[in-house]
Amino acid sequence: MRESPFSLAALKRHIASIEGHSQARSDQLFTLGVEAIDAKLGGGLAKGRLHEVFATEPEDGASAAGFAMMLALRASERMKPILWLRQDGAEKRDGRLHAPGVAEIGLDPARLILAVAGDAALLLKAANDGVRCAGLGAVVIEPYRAARAIDLTVSRRLALSAEQSGVTALLLRTDADPAPSAARTRWSVKAAASTALFADTPGMPALDINMLRHRGGPDGLAWRVEWNRDQRSFREAPFPGVVLPLPVGRSAAAGARAA
Amino acid sequence: MRLAAVDPEALSLGLSPGLTLADARAYVTQLLVFDHDEGADQRLLERLADGCERWSPIVALDPPDGLLLDITGCAHLFGGEAGLGEDVERTLDRFGLTVRTALAYAPEAAHALARYQTRPAPDEESAVRRLAVAALELDPEIETGMRRAGLRTVGDLAARPPALLAPRFGQATVDHLARLLGRRDSRLTPRRPLPALLVERRFAEPVAHVETMLGALTELMAEAATALDARGSGGRRFAARFFRSDSEVRDIAVETGLPTRDPAVLDRLFRERIDALVDPIDPGFGFDLIRLGVARLESLAPSQLKLEGGTVAEAELAGLIDRLSIRLGRNRVRRFAPRDTHIPEQAVLAFPAIEGGRSTLWEPPPSGEPPLRPIHLFDPPQPITVLAEIPDGPPRRFRWRQTQHEVARFEGPERIAPEWWKPPPGKECLTRDYYRVEDVRGRRFWIFRHGLYGRERAHPDWFMHGLFA
Repeated sequence: MRESPFSLAALKRHIASIEGHSQARSDQLFTLGVEAIDAKLGGGLAKGRLHEVFATEPEDGASAAGFAMMLALRASERMKPILWLRQDGAEKRDGRLHAPGVAEIGLDPARLILAVAGDAALLLKAANDGVRCAGLGAVVIEPYRAARAIDLTVSRRLALSAEQSGVTALLLRTDADPAPSAARTRWSVKAAASTALFADTPGMPALDINMLRHRGGPDGLAWRVEWNRDQRSFREAPFPGVVLPLPVGRSAAAGARAA
Repeated sequence: MRLAAVDPEALSLGLSPGLTLADARAYVTQLLVFDHDEGADQRLLERLADGCERWSPIVALDPPDGLLLDITGCAHLFGGEAGLGEDVERTLDRFGLTVRTALAYAPEAAHALARYQTRPAPDEESAVRRLAVAALELDPEIETGMRRAGLRTVGDLAARPPALLAPRFGQATVDHLARLLGRRDSRLTPRRPLPALLVERRFAEPVAHVETMLGALTELMAEAATALDARGSGGRRFAARFFRSDSEVRDIAVETGLPTRDPAVLDRLFRERIDALVDPIDPGFGFDLIRLGVARLESLAPSQLKLEGGTVAEAELAGLIDRLSIRLGRNRVRRFAPRDTHIPEQAVLAFPAIEGGRSTLWEPPPSGEPPLRPIHLFDPPQPITVLAEIPDGPPRRFRWRQTQHEVARFEGPERIAPEWWKPPPGKECLTRDYYRVEDVRGRRFWIFRHGLYGRERAHPDWFMHGLFA
C-alpha cells in the first residue's frame, strides 16, 4: 500500500500522456467574465474543445441557444466567422435564427454562417467538416430533439477534430437528455427572471446556468448570470427583485417605449 | 381530326400527314391511330440534342423533326465529314430512328438538303441549285406564283437578280434564298452558352464503371487546371457532362465561392456532389464521352502563402462553404444582409453563402439597452390564446403550445405599421403592436396584437412572433 500514491501519480501522468495535452494553458482558455465563475473553472473554459449546452426544459431552448451564442462569442477571436449548424426540425419548431436578434446578443450577423441540414447524419458530417476548419471562430451544432446518431463516438470525433484545429465546438441540445459524451463541460441552461429596468420592464438576458459536468474540475455548480451585450461578457446577476438605479441618458428612450 | 404523322408502311398505303382521320379510316380499315403529343416530340428532340453534343458543342433545335449541328473543326475527330455522318446515322439507328443527314455550308441549306434532295449531285452548290422551289418552304401562294412564272428550282431563282424577285415574291423570300445559297451569313444559336473552357475525353469502349469514369474526370480536371493556369484564371462553375452510349446525358455541376483551379479541391467537390445525388449515376450500357466545361472564368493570380496564414484560413473557409453548399444544397448555407424594412420577418435577406462578396453592414444595437429583437423568429407568427386581457397592454396570461404563461413584466407597445404603399395582394394590412414580455419563470417572448382595438378590429388576435434568449 506504500507505493500506491506513487503508482497513482504515475497512472495519472500516463493517462495525461494518452489524452495528449489535456492540461490546457491559459492562452487556450476563454473566460466568462465573472471572476467567481472563472476561478472555479480554473481560469476559464478550454478553447478548441467540445462543450455541451442543454436546455433544462425544452421551453428554455431559446435561452440555451442564447447561451451557446454567448459562449461562441467569448471563445472566438473578433471578426472570425461563426458557423451555426441546425437541423430542419429545429428550424421549424424553434423558429428561424433572426439576424437582428443575433446582433442584439452582440454577434455581428455578417460573421454568422447558417447551415441547415436535412437529418442528423448530414448535420454531423457537416459539423465534422466545420470543426476541422481553422478559419472559423466557433461552431454551434444544433441537432433536433434526441438525435440518436449522437453518441460517444460521434462526440469523441468532434472533440478530437476541435482539438486539432483549435475551433471551439458547442453542441446545443434543446430537447434531449444528457448522455455520455467526450465533451469538456456540460451545461444546463434555464431562463431566469431578469433584473427589471425602469417601469418594471424586462432587462438584460438572465440565465440560470448549471455546470453538470466538468472534465478534470469541479462540477455540479450553479450560477445566475446576466449577459452584457456591450462588453460581450457575463456578469453576476443581482438578487431578483432589486431594481437597479436608472442609468443616466437612458430614461427618455426607455420611458417612451414603456409607455 | 387530321393525321399528324405516318409511318413508312402507312405511307406506302397512300396515307399522308394532313389527311382527315375519316378518310384515312376509309382507305385503311385496320388503321392504328394514336394521339399526337407535341410535348413528347419536343422532349425527344431535346434529349437527342443533348446526346448530339457528343459530335459538336453547338447544337440547335430545328423543330419539329430536325437538329442542326455546327461541325466546324469537329469532323476530323470522326474521320472526316462522311465518317461523322455515318457515325451519327449508326448511333441513332440504335434507337430505331431513321435519320437523314446532310452537310452544307449554311444551316438553311443543310435543312433543305436533308428533306428535299431527290437526286445526287456532284457537289454541294449544284445540289442546292437542283432543289425544287418547295425546298424554300414558302407560302403555297408564292410557290404557285413561282411555278406559273416557270421558276421550278432554286437554281432558276438564283439566276435572277434579287432586285427583280423582291417586288414579286417579297423581301423575306429573297432573304431566305440568300441564306440558302450561302450568300448571306447565317449561324446557329447554341442551346446553351458555350463554356469558356472545354476539355473532354472519349472512350473507344463504353465505360460502365462509375469509379473509372470519375478517374477520367480527375484527369480532365488536371487538364483544365493546366489550361487555366496558363491563362492566369480560375473557374467558379464547373460542369461535367457524361454521355451515355444510348444518348442519355447526365449533367453534374459544382460551384465555388472563390475562383479555383486546384484539381484536388474540384475532385473532392465532384465526389461530394455525386454522393449527395438523389438518383445515383446509372452507367447503363456505359459512358463513352465525358466533357468538362468551365463556365465562369475569373482572374486568379498565382498565390503565395502568407506567413501569418491569413489567406490559408480564408481559403479554408471558402472551401468549407463550397463543400457544405454542395452537400446540403446551395440555399441551405446562408449569410445574412439587412433589408430596409420595419416588418420583422422581412428585415433580413438570407443569401447563399457561396455567392459571397456582398458587403453587409449591420448597425450595432444601441448600447445599454436589453435586446429588442428576438433571436428566434417564427415565420409565420404563431397564434396564442389570450386568457386575461387588459386593454392597451399585453395579456396578463396567455396560452401558447399547451402551456400557460403568466406575464410578470413587459415593455411596449412598439407599434409597427404595415407598409401601406405596397399592400400585399389579397391581404389586409393591419397594424401590429409588439410587446416584449417576460413570464414568471423568466422566459422572454415577443408577442403582438394584430390590429388596433376598435379602429381596425373589434377583437384583435394575438400572435407569438419570437423568443428572446
